[in-house]
Amino acid sequence: MISIMNTMGIWLAAFFTLCIFSFLYKDNPFYKFAEQVFVGLSAAYWLVYIIYSIMVPNLFAKLAEDFSGNMILLIPAALGLMMLMRIHPKTQWVSRYPIAIMVGTTAGISMLRYMKSDILQQLTATMINPFAAATTAEVIGNLLMIIGTICGVYFFYFSKKQEGVSKAVSKVGIWFLMVSFGATFGYTVMARISLLIGRLDFLLGDWLHLLK
Amino acid sequence: MKSSAPLFFAFIVGVIVLLSEFIPHSPFNQIVSTLEGWFMIISGFAILLGQISLIRMNTHKIVHKLDNWQYHLAGLISFGLMLVLGLLWGMQETPGIMGDAAGIQAWLGQKPFDYLFENAYLPLSATLFSLLAFFIASAAYRAFIIRGLESNLLMITAIIVIIGRTSIGTMLTGWLPENLQFWHFPNLADFIMEFPNTAAQRAILISAGLGIVGSSLRIILGIERSYLGGDK
Repeated sequence: MISIMNTMGIWLAAFFTLCIFSFLYKDNPFYKFAEQVFVGLSAAYWLVYIIYSIMVPNLFAKLAEDFSGNMILLIPAALGLMMLMRIHPKTQWVSRYPIAIMVGTTAGISMLRYMKSDILQQLTATMINPFAAATTAEVIGNLLMIIGTICGVYFFYFSKKQEGVSKAVSKVGIWFLMVSFGATFGYTVMARISLLIGRLDFLLGDWLHLLK
Repeated sequence: MKSSAPLFFAFIVGVIVLLSEFIPHSPFNQIVSTLEGWFMIISGFAILLGQISLIRMNTHKIVHKLDNWQYHLAGLISFGLMLVLGLLWGMQETPGIMGDAAGIQAWLGQKPFDYLFENAYLPLSATLFSLLAFFIASAAYRAFIIRGLESNLLMITAIIVIIGRTSIGTMLTGWLPENLQFWHFPNLADFIMEFPNTAAQRAILISAGLGIVGSSLRIILGIERSYLGGDK
């Protein structure tokens, strides 16, 4: 029985794969159907995942085990229910309280975390002696890193109109950003091609058995 | 009151979290871990709110028979099916309301939720993202015909990285002598990733970090209040 169900699973997967690939021809009912099924499955998957990995262990299981000892958890539960009141226009204002607490907590945590990891640590890593490297390529690389970081940061300085020397510095910053975007683009292309190869491998191998 | 009290709460929790960094003693460290725990629980409810909103939107389209309502019905059915299977028999090692579905597992080979995940969700997700390979190729072509210095830099870097990270790169420039090894495609790709790419990524991180610090301060001080929405 398991083998029949496995075969059915492969056929189901092949059907959905072909439905999505049919979009390469043009938008059609098969693609629209598969797209909406994906939205539904995806939403339900994340909901079930959140229930089992966050809500049950952090809230429901603790309250069920020792209700009086974990009564403080009723506060986030109440705030969560207040969040759900956003559904109705008349009670929408109630959801502002949990949102404010979430946003305030996030702001406090982000401020400290980004100050450390994204500003101070990155600045420290850039403040190096470029000439203390083993090879000429590394010295050039270190110089490029320092110049690129300074010019890149300057490009994001929008408080003053960039003209003259500042425009030139900003231009160099754009070049470095373009090189970085190119590298990211290259990696993205490779990742997508790898997924495409995976799907073709599935269709030709697991489904049609044309590949050994 | 409806908007000033939430601002006060945001200020209090934000200041407590900030103070905890400078006063790592009780009760501040406990308050922060408690707040982080609450944050996760409220986030769970926020995701539930999103799902309810999705159901409402789909139901509205189906009830009023708006354009493409049949597809939204399919989406809603797949949502309900996956949710019910997950709640009744659980996922992976986690049991559901009805237990571990041992009987169904013997028949299906795995839990119903996992079966649907593996044979419907994963293929759909992988195929949708693989579809982007074709659109990325088209976007690359458009970027290439702009013929500006910036677009050329982007495309040349992309090509070097792609060639350098695949076996064709090793094959194309593998014959170069020792003193020209820098120009060997994999080495060139490594150099780009290690230096110019890191420089630009650092610039983005530092600039975004400064922006986040500024925005966080505005939120805590109540200057930024757009997250509260309109005055309804």
